[in-house]
Amino acid sequence: MGNVPTAVKHCLSYEQLIQDYPWLKRLLLEEKNITGHEYPEFVRIVEVGPRDGLQNEKEIVPTGVKIQLIDMLSGTGLPVIEATSFVSSKWVPQMADHTDVLRGIHREPHVRYPVLTPNLQGFHDAVAAGATEVAVFGSASETFSKKNINCSIDESMLRFEEVIKAAKERQIPVRGYVSCALGCPYEGHIEPSKVSEVAKRLYEMGCYEISLGDTIGVGTPGSMFKMLQSVMAEVPTNALAVHCHDTYGQALPNILIALQMGVCVVDSAVAGLGGCPYAQGSSGNVSTEDVLYMLHGVGVETGVNLAKVLEAGDFICEALGRQTNSRVARARGRTL
Amino acid sequence: LFNMSAVAGLRAGRTLPDKVKIVEVGPRDGLQNEKTIVPTETKIHLIDMLSASGLSVIEATSFVSPKWVPQMADQVEVMKGIDRKPGVSYPVLTPNLKGFQAAVKAGASEVAIFGAASELFSKKNINCSVEESLQRFDEVVRMAKEAGVRVRGYVSCVLGCPYEGNVAPEKVAHVAKRLYSMGCYEISLGDTTGVGTPGSMSDMLEAVSREVPVNALAVHCHDTYGQALANILVALQMGISVIDSSVAGLGGCPYASGASGNVATEDVVYMLHGLGIQTGVDLSKLMDAGAFICRTLNRRTSSKVAQATCKL
Repeated sequence: MGNVPTAVKHCLSYEQLIQDYPWLKRLLLEEKNITGHEYPEFVRIVEVGPRDGLQNEKEIVPTGVKIQLIDMLSGTGLPVIEATSFVSSKWVPQMADHTDVLRGIHREPHVRYPVLTPNLQGFHDAVAAGATEVAVFGSASETFSKKNINCSIDESMLRFEEVIKAAKERQIPVRGYVSCALGCPYEGHIEPSKVSEVAKRLYEMGCYEISLGDTIGVGTPGSMFKMLQSVMAEVPTNALAVHCHDTYGQALPNILIALQMGVCVVDSAVAGLGGCPYAQGSSGNVSTEDVLYMLHGVGVETGVNLAKVLEAGDFICEALGRQTNSRVARARGRTL
Repeated sequence: LFNMSAVAGLRAGRTLPDKVKIVEVGPRDGLQNEKTIVPTETKIHLIDMLSASGLSVIEATSFVSPKWVPQMADQVEVMKGIDRKPGVSYPVLTPNLKGFQAAVKAGASEVAIFGAASELFSKKNINCSVEESLQRFDEVVRMAKEAGVRVRGYVSCVLGCPYEGNVAPEKVAHVAKRLYSMGCYEISLGDTTGVGTPGSMSDMLEAVSREVPVNALAVHCHDTYGQALANILVALQMGISVIDSSVAGLGGCPYASGASGNVATEDVVYMLHGLGIQTGVDLSKLMDAGAFICRTLNRRTSSKVAQATCKL
C-alpha cells in the first residue's frame, strides 16, 4: 500500500481518533450510557419512609409504631434507613419523639440510621441520642430556603458548616440534600447551574454524598439529564444520589435516566409514604417497592428483599389507616 | 477532515425521536375494562373532546359481539355519532371477518386485530391457538386490503402472561413478524399485565426489531406495577416513536383486582414534552377530557399529572 491519506489513517485507528478529538471519547461514552444497556451493578437504596415519609403524613404516628416500622425495615436488607429528624418539635410535631425513636430501635449491624440535623443544637441532641450519621438540607432555590427554613441559601450553608465541623470532630459522616433540584413550588424553573453550585458547596464542605431532590416531582428525564450533567461536572458521580418524587408520575423514568448516567444511590419511601405538601392530595415520595421492582428487573443488585418491604408497607399503611401508594403493592392485592 | 456523519451513524436509532405519535385507546381499551356501562352519548362526547386535544389516532370502539363485551354493544352508534376530525384516524377492533364487515358498513377506515404471544392467553381470551388466530386475521387483512382499509396488529403478553408467566422474546418476534408480513402497517406490542421492566422491554424490543422495522412498532404499556413510563422511556431510546395510552389511565387490570391498567395519556404527554419531543397534543385539553370521563364514571383519575393539577 502507498501513502495512506491522513483522514483514512484516522478512520483506521480508533486510538488515534480519540487522541486527536478528545471530545469524541466523551460523546461515545455518553452515548453508551444513553442506550440504556449499561446500569450500575449495585444500587444503594436510602429508605426515607420513617422520616421524610412520616413527616409528610397527616396522622401523628405513635413512637411504638415508628420503632416497629424501622425494625421491620431493618430486616429487609435495606442498607440505610433515615430514622428521624432532630428538628424542633414546634415545627415538625411528627418528629417530636426523635430521641425515643433513635434509642428505641434495634440497630441492625451493617445498616446505617442517619438523622436530620438542621443546626448545631439538633446535631448535639442527635449525638446525645446515639446518632452515628447525620444529614443537612440545603436548597437550590432562595425562595424555598427562606420559606422552608427561614434563611437564605448562604445563611443555611453557614449553619451547615458548623454542623459539618462538629461532625468531623466526632468522625460522624454527613449527607447533604439539595431540594428543588428540578423545580421550585415558588420560583418555578431552577437553573441546573444553581443546583451544581449548591451541591458543590455541600460536597466541598465535607458531605460524603449529595442527594438531589425533585421536591415537587415536576422533573422529567429531560430536566433530570440536564441537571445531572451540570452537577456531575462539579461533584463525582459516585457521591451523588437522586431523591425523586412521584407527584407527576415521573419518578421511575427519572431514576432510570440517573442510573444510565452512572448514579448508584436512590432515595425512596416504603409504600410511597408522604404526600406532597405543595399539591393537595397528590403523591410524594416514590415507593421503595416500585423502585426495587424496576431495579431488579434491569439486573441491578440492591441486597433488599422486596417481599419483606411489602410486609413493612402493609404494616405502616394499616397503622395509618391509608392505602399504599406503591403500584407493586396494589398489584399483589395488598389493599385495605 | 473528520467525518461527522460517522458520528451521526453511531447515534442513528439511539437518540430520542423528535416526534411521537400517541395512539389514544381510552374510549375502547379503557372503557372496555371499566365496570360501569357508559352511555353512548358519553362515549361520543369523550371521543369528540379527545379529537379536539390534538391526538391524531383515537381507538373508537370494538366490533366484537356484545354478548362478550357489553360495553361495546353500541359500536355502530358510536362510530356514526362521533365528529370525524380531518387528519385524525379512528381505528376500531375487528376480531374476525364478521366484525370487519360490520365495521366497514359503519364507516370504519382503519381496523385493528389482536394476536397474543402466549398460547394459553390466546386460548383463554379468544378461544383458539395463536396459529388459528393468525389464520383468522389473515382473512380480515386480505378483505381490508381489497377495501383499502389499513390494519393495525396488536400482540398481547409481550413481557409476560397471567397464565404462562415468562414469555420468550422470540415468540413475540415470531407473532409480530407474521402480523407485519400479513400486511399490518403497525404492530403494537402490549405488556398486558404490566409486569415488564426496562430490562425485559429492551430484550423484547431487540428481538422484535430484528424481524420488524422499528418505525412499524408501537408499545402499549400497562402501569399495573408502576413501570409503564420507565418502559416507554427505554422503548423511545431504542427508536420506538408510537405510544399507546389511555386518557386518565382508564381501564383497570382485569387480572389484578383493584390494580391500575393502561398508562395515563396525560402522564405520557408530560414526560414526552419534558424530553422535548413533539406530540401535537394540548395537555390541558386532554386533561379536560380526562376530567369529563372521570366525573361521568364517578371515579378518580389514574393520571398523576391530573391528580397533581387538580385543585381539591
